[in-house]
Amino acid sequence: MGILIAASSVAILTTVGIVLSLIFESIQFFRQIPITDFVFGLHWSPQTAIREDQVGASGAFGAIPLLVGTLLISAIALCVSGPVGLMAAIYLGEYASARFRSIVKPVLEALAGIPTVVYGFFAAIVVAPMLRNSGEAIGLDVSSESALAAGLVMGIMTIPFVSSISDDAITAVPESLKEAALGLGSTRSEAIRNVILPAALPGIAGGLLLAASRVIGETMIVVMAAGLAAKLTVNPLDAVTTVTVQIVTLLTGDQEFDSPKTLAAFALGLMLFLVTLALNVTALRIVKAYREQYD
Amino acid sequence: MTETSETQARVARRLASRHGAEKRFKFIALVAAWIGLVFLGVLLFTVIESGHTAILQTKMLLKVTLQESDLQSNDGGDRAQAIAGANYNAVLKRTMRETFPDAKSRSDKRSMYRLVSVAAPYEIREAMLEHEDPVGKTLGIWVSASDDVDLIIKGTVPRTAPADQRHLSDKQMKWLEGHESAGGVEAKFNTTFFTSGDSREPELAGILGGAVGSLYAILVCLAISFPLGVMSAVYLECFAPKNRITEFIEVNINNLAAVPSIVFGLLGLAIFLNTFMLPRSAPLVGGMVLSLLTLPTIIIAGRAAIKSVPPSVREAALALGASPIQAVFHHVLPLAMPGILTGTIIGTAGALGETAPLLMIGMVAFIVDVPTSVTDPATVLPVQIFLWSDIPEKAFVERTSAAILVLLSFVCLLNLFAVYLRKRFETRW
Amino acid sequence: MTFDPVDHMVAEATDLEHSARIGAIMNSEPGQAKGAPDAPPKMASRNLRVHYGDKQALHDVSLDIPVNQVTAFIGPSGCGKSTYLRCLNRMNDNIDICRVDGSVTLDGREIYAKDQDVVQLRTRIGMVFQKPNPFPKSIFDNVAYGPRIHGIARDREELNGIVLGSLERAGLLEEVRDRLDAPGIGLSGGQQQRLCIARAIAVRPEVILMDEPCSALDPIATERVEELIMELKAQYTIVMVTHSMQQARRVSDRTAFFHLGNLVEHGATSEVFENPRDDRTKDYVTGRIG
Repeated sequence: MGILIAASSVAILTTVGIVLSLIFESIQFFRQIPITDFVFGLHWSPQTAIREDQVGASGAFGAIPLLVGTLLISAIALCVSGPVGLMAAIYLGEYASARFRSIVKPVLEALAGIPTVVYGFFAAIVVAPMLRNSGEAIGLDVSSESALAAGLVMGIMTIPFVSSISDDAITAVPESLKEAALGLGSTRSEAIRNVILPAALPGIAGGLLLAASRVIGETMIVVMAAGLAAKLTVNPLDAVTTVTVQIVTLLTGDQEFDSPKTLAAFALGLMLFLVTLALNVTALRIVKAYREQYD
Repeated sequence: MTETSETQARVARRLASRHGAEKRFKFIALVAAWIGLVFLGVLLFTVIESGHTAILQTKMLLKVTLQESDLQSNDGGDRAQAIAGANYNAVLKRTMRETFPDAKSRSDKRSMYRLVSVAAPYEIREAMLEHEDPVGKTLGIWVSASDDVDLIIKGTVPRTAPADQRHLSDKQMKWLEGHESAGGVEAKFNTTFFTSGDSREPELAGILGGAVGSLYAILVCLAISFPLGVMSAVYLECFAPKNRITEFIEVNINNLAAVPSIVFGLLGLAIFLNTFMLPRSAPLVGGMVLSLLTLPTIIIAGRAAIKSVPPSVREAALALGASPIQAVFHHVLPLAMPGILTGTIIGTAGALGETAPLLMIGMVAFIVDVPTSVTDPATVLPVQIFLWSDIPEKAFVERTSAAILVLLSFVCLLNLFAVYLRKRFETRW
Repeated sequence: MTFDPVDHMVAEATDLEHSARIGAIMNSEPGQAKGAPDAPPKMASRNLRVHYGDKQALHDVSLDIPVNQVTAFIGPSGCGKSTYLRCLNRMNDNIDICRVDGSVTLDGREIYAKDQDVVQLRTRIGMVFQKPNPFPKSIFDNVAYGPRIHGIARDREELNGIVLGSLERAGLLEEVRDRLDAPGIGLSGGQQQRLCIARAIAVRPEVILMDEPCSALDPIATERVEELIMELKAQYTIVMVTHSMQQARRVSDRTAFFHLGNLVEHGATSEVFENPRDDRTKDYVTGRIG
């Protein structure tokens, strides 16, 4: 029995390990770089800071461009996966024949199982050049590492997730509500739009928050398709960088473990962990409250 | 009733536009359902289209004569050693000059030598060592062509392409096509791809290093996460009291399942590498990080599987005198095992494709040797794909796609196996 | 009972014809059949057969539903009475494996005709369900749902009138007047069911189908709903499925007895209960079966 309890505590140990290592290294970092510079700084260029021996120089470790870049790409991704995932779930649940469902559901599950490095490859080799060329054709200047390319592919990657959660949320709405709406002479789309979706909204919202958490923490697609330049912009056609890309960049290379670059990666990691934690907790709370409503 | 007829008139007025809205809504939903299908199709098509040529490697036939004078001189020593130590670079150049007598000037000869891969001397050596007594005999040896030739013969780059894409001069093309029409150039099955580790030269690069590294990492991952996961699931589902601590553990597990995988990499870096001083880039550490990632999946799947076993099974065992532990491990667990295995396989398929956390613990170095143990520096297949995808050389593009196909096949097989397990053991209680 | 508050409400309603009718309802006695005895049936079915996949649930049901009366369907569980009810407003269309053969007419027109718009049909035939199912919206929005999607009200004022009128006809307005914005699911069970009735009435149907409307309610709420049904029949044709024979005797003018998917007997309620012709009917109404 003792061994069973010990096994179960590995989960707690892992969380403790994550929190402690992130906090510990971040504290080291914040001893060298003031936390206000990090959280509110608008300029991110860790390479120059080291070269010029200005480790404490203000403005070299400002995380705002990373945050904005992360949010920009995540917003694009959610704009894709949110509506598409929801409408796909509606079609599969409400309109599709059994045969169509039996083909499309496994396909969506397959999409969910594809490793993100493959998505990243596709984004870099196919989507980004395609966007660049189409942009040129209509006179727009699209970067070859545009936020749009990474965001689109991330959105598609998340479609199965949103679709599955939306499907759960919609199915949880009691059938009697749909019957009441249809009995009053609604068309199917009216019943869905006016009765079922508003009732399923908390579940769907929770699902979107979880999808947001996933997209914010995603690494490979952005490493392969988005840029390294910490540009502060909201233009989806520009190249931006994200928190996860910078964590990878800072840590892949030969440097001492205690160098400010490494520590900066942990500070970024802490920020990432806290944000995704907040999103996950909020999402689960919304979904839980919603489920209680229907039990 | 005029009230009713007035109502009906108003209802009738709106009907057409409402039915139109219904049709539009249904159409949009249909398009959304199709987007996933279309994307998957495009993805697979792209990968297959760019990767299928990697299964072939162009080879050129050279008639090589190993002369006594080529052998490494040693005083009365081992014949085999002498053969092994011969100057095959010189042998190769001599053979090439014999094969392509047109190349006269120094620059011509240099460009002619570039038709074969830098591995050619080693391939000649291997062929010589395999032969009983090669000295003085003329052997026909198929050596690897250079990657530029390879792309042209396989058709990836058209023969009439401009110089910046073709990378072969007109003279080189003439020699190549001359040799080809004499039957000396063929695209053969690319065993190198499946039997070697990484290399700077595309024609020498293979996925074996990454595949073995992945295998070791996954084995370590399973060795840790499967027992821990099953035991945790058993404890939480069957024995844990319903108190705050248990709730806390459950919250933790649910949370860990949603933490970004890169954070696990940071944990590995800080604790496994820095504190425990474990070897960097080793599948051992990679497996440990992956096991932490997979643990929540196995626990959650395990709990669901155990929960689905009817309580009557456990109660019957207890009634017959079994201890609580015996009741669970001898009766409930076997029945829950298919569900647990299904969840484990799905978790493994996910771990197989993980890249970011392994980058954090250093599995991103350029490693040529195939690892032989879990502590050798290694890379994993997805990281290999990531590294190759950065290289702009066209020859690496086809290999990246081919490696993706290999990875996808493994992931797909695992998932299909899990589905098969689920269907086969779907018991109707 | 003072009529002043009612007169006040009546004056508020914008539709004068409607307010006159409310007065008429208040003054009429329950149980009074308004339709002339020889009037054509409001709805009629001929040889109606229903299959769920391979299983046949209804065998050749031919039945007339007279106008402005309460027709009750009785019978043991699973006898097909709810299935038949759902055929009347084509609710069975939503079930993939359900196949309906035969004819059902409303005012003589076939409702299963290819050119019959189901959406429109359901504005003429409303439905109230066994378990009260108000939408998770305000009381006002619940009742306003139908008029809104069908575009029945020309403006906000007319919509208000329809909602208040429907609530009042359903006997709920007094209780919820001051909290029309409160959520509908916050009401008691009986109030929720009356809200559902108000919601159904708001689209001004001619027929109201009720599937065991009181089975989820306590006796007092049941009594109120039964009173309401008897008031409503003056204006609507009501078809009610019930598992309670006492309820059928109290409320309905005509009764149809179903057994194992067959329509065994139908006629005036008093006749069916006091002089049943078929043995199965006799067994059921005397409590020997079901």
